Amino acid sequence: MTDTQIRVLGTSDNERTASDLPTPRRSRSRYPRRPSWVRPFLKHLLLLGTGLLMLYPVLWLVVSSLRPTDEIFRNPGLVIGSFEISNYTDGWTTLSHPFSMFLLNSTLVVLGCIVGNLVSCSMAAYAFARLKFSGKKWWFVIMLTTIMLPIHVIIVPQYILFSQLGWVNTFIPLILPKVLATDAFFVFLMVQFIRGIPRELDEAARLDGCGHPRIFAQVILPLMTPALATTAIFTFIWTWNDFFSQLLYLTKPEMYTVPLALRAFMDATSSTSWGPLFAMSVVSLIPIFLIFLFGQRFLIAGISTTGGK
Amino acid sequence: MAGLASDYDMSALGELRTLGQKKIAGGSKEKKENKAAYLFLLPWFLGLSVITGGPMLASLYLSLTKYNLLQPPEFIGLGNFARMLTDERLHNSLGVTFTYVFVSVPIQLAMGLALAVLLNRGLRGLSFYRSVFYLPSLLGSSVAIAVLWKQVFGTNGLMNDFLGLFGIAGHGWISDPATALSTLITLNVWTFGAPMIIFLAGLRQVPAMYLEAAKVDGASRWQTFVKITLPLLSPIIFFNLVLQIIHAFQSFTQAFIISGGNGGPADSTLFYTLYLYNRGFANFDMGYASAMAWFLLVIIGVFTAINFWASKYWVFYDD
Repeated sequence: MTDTQIRVLGTSDNERTASDLPTPRRSRSRYPRRPSWVRPFLKHLLLLGTGLLMLYPVLWLVVSSLRPTDEIFRNPGLVIGSFEISNYTDGWTTLSHPFSMFLLNSTLVVLGCIVGNLVSCSMAAYAFARLKFSGKKWWFVIMLTTIMLPIHVIIVPQYILFSQLGWVNTFIPLILPKVLATDAFFVFLMVQFIRGIPRELDEAARLDGCGHPRIFAQVILPLMTPALATTAIFTFIWTWNDFFSQLLYLTKPEMYTVPLALRAFMDATSSTSWGPLFAMSVVSLIPIFLIFLFGQRFLIAGISTTGGK
Repeated sequence: MAGLASDYDMSALGELRTLGQKKIAGGSKEKKENKAAYLFLLPWFLGLSVITGGPMLASLYLSLTKYNLLQPPEFIGLGNFARMLTDERLHNSLGVTFTYVFVSVPIQLAMGLALAVLLNRGLRGLSFYRSVFYLPSLLGSSVAIAVLWKQVFGTNGLMNDFLGLFGIAGHGWISDPATALSTLITLNVWTFGAPMIIFLAGLRQVPAMYLEAAKVDGASRWQTFVKITLPLLSPIIFFNLVLQIIHAFQSFTQAFIISGGNGGPADSTLFYTLYLYNRGFANFDMGYASAMAWFLLVIIGVFTAINFWASKYWVFYDD
């Protein structure tokens, strides 16, 4: 029952019965009456203030990346006086390789991880959501537990294994775990999604003579596009931002990804080059921002159902 | 997560039971399905054995050895764990990590909840605000934002400019061991958007009927929130709490970038994971790093268990 409905009922009561019947209005009368726009106005003021406070550093980063370095430390405002594009051109070439190379490396790693996660996690999810097999319950519990597993308990032997295989300074150690469905979070997300797809559709396909590979590929996969989109977007963001495993496995500058390049940039340069450093930081955030802009719907659906980062 | 897991337990048990009954009927179909399932799960099984489970057991073994990657591991029993008992830097890093987790997570969740409640009541521009508050959660773990933070809280940084407006003297937030950790806590609080979105989803599940009933009974907004919304939301709060604590215990990137990799100044930002990284991959003390990793697993496990145990007393399930 909404606010207006209550009021309508209240007035009709008044018309029908004696005026001493308590109306719902009276319960509110112990609060001072304010014009109806005050509360929403204050709310918007508070929300806008908080939002501005939160985004201010990021806005300032973008503006400062267009300023000469000596001005960065003097000007806390957001008004742009000059467009110092040279920060971007200088930053692009400060390290031994152009920044485009690091962007390309990050893109390759991200694409590999996305494809790996989409294929392997959806396969595993199909089995968990739709098929009967021995020990299913225990495998599922194990899968759920691995979501919580800190990467540190596996990283030392994993590093030893991959380095003995000669895979340090390749992208394999970053992509292979995704191809093998170790991002259990996404398996779980997809299991939840597949469970929501009516089983009648599978049955119909089965009666038409489809085996599991065809049911999976032609019935389930097309219906779970939202879950696949959520997975792709989260994988993009997490891999693009990932620092720890890239720091371990990529040590040669020509293999550096964007986060490693930024870190090298910070170590290699003195405080006089904050301008170029800021410029490259902005460049590194643009893909995330674009994904956020166009994929927000899937991001919000994803964390609302399963709780992402 | 607990609810989901136990829900599944039950349905899985049911499935197992029907599976058993059908087997008596003679099940070539089940066999076929079994085979199909294992084929679909092949990548996952490989990952579990080669990437997750195998290395986990290997690191348990390595935690009992002395190993520097060059010579073969030398078995030393519980030597690494005994060393941990007297390692001052390790104790310090535990203190730093605990402070970080137990200060930043409650503030982060309180902010997320407060804003979710503010946004919940059919406010205009909901999706705009939601985007504004959520964006930092996506950016927060990037190196670029850590770089920005280093400037913002530096001696000549944005924070001091801001405080200067009120006539407060500047301070080297990151160079002072007393305040360096608080800049990282601020950064974690800054990412309250993700829990906020989960809270928003949870708030939408609160039946409007209850809220209307409270209103009719003359309850104030605050009473309604404390007596009705909060108990109904407690499973979501619990879920966020578990998730964010586990997440915060594993924080690494921001401390690494802001301290230049060493956890300074004076080890004040030496997160447990950062110390682990330095032991294992800077000093190649792989045995010790493995022991530390297992201890981290135990810590996270214990806190998750405590959370689940305590949830019996404050989490309200409406079914």
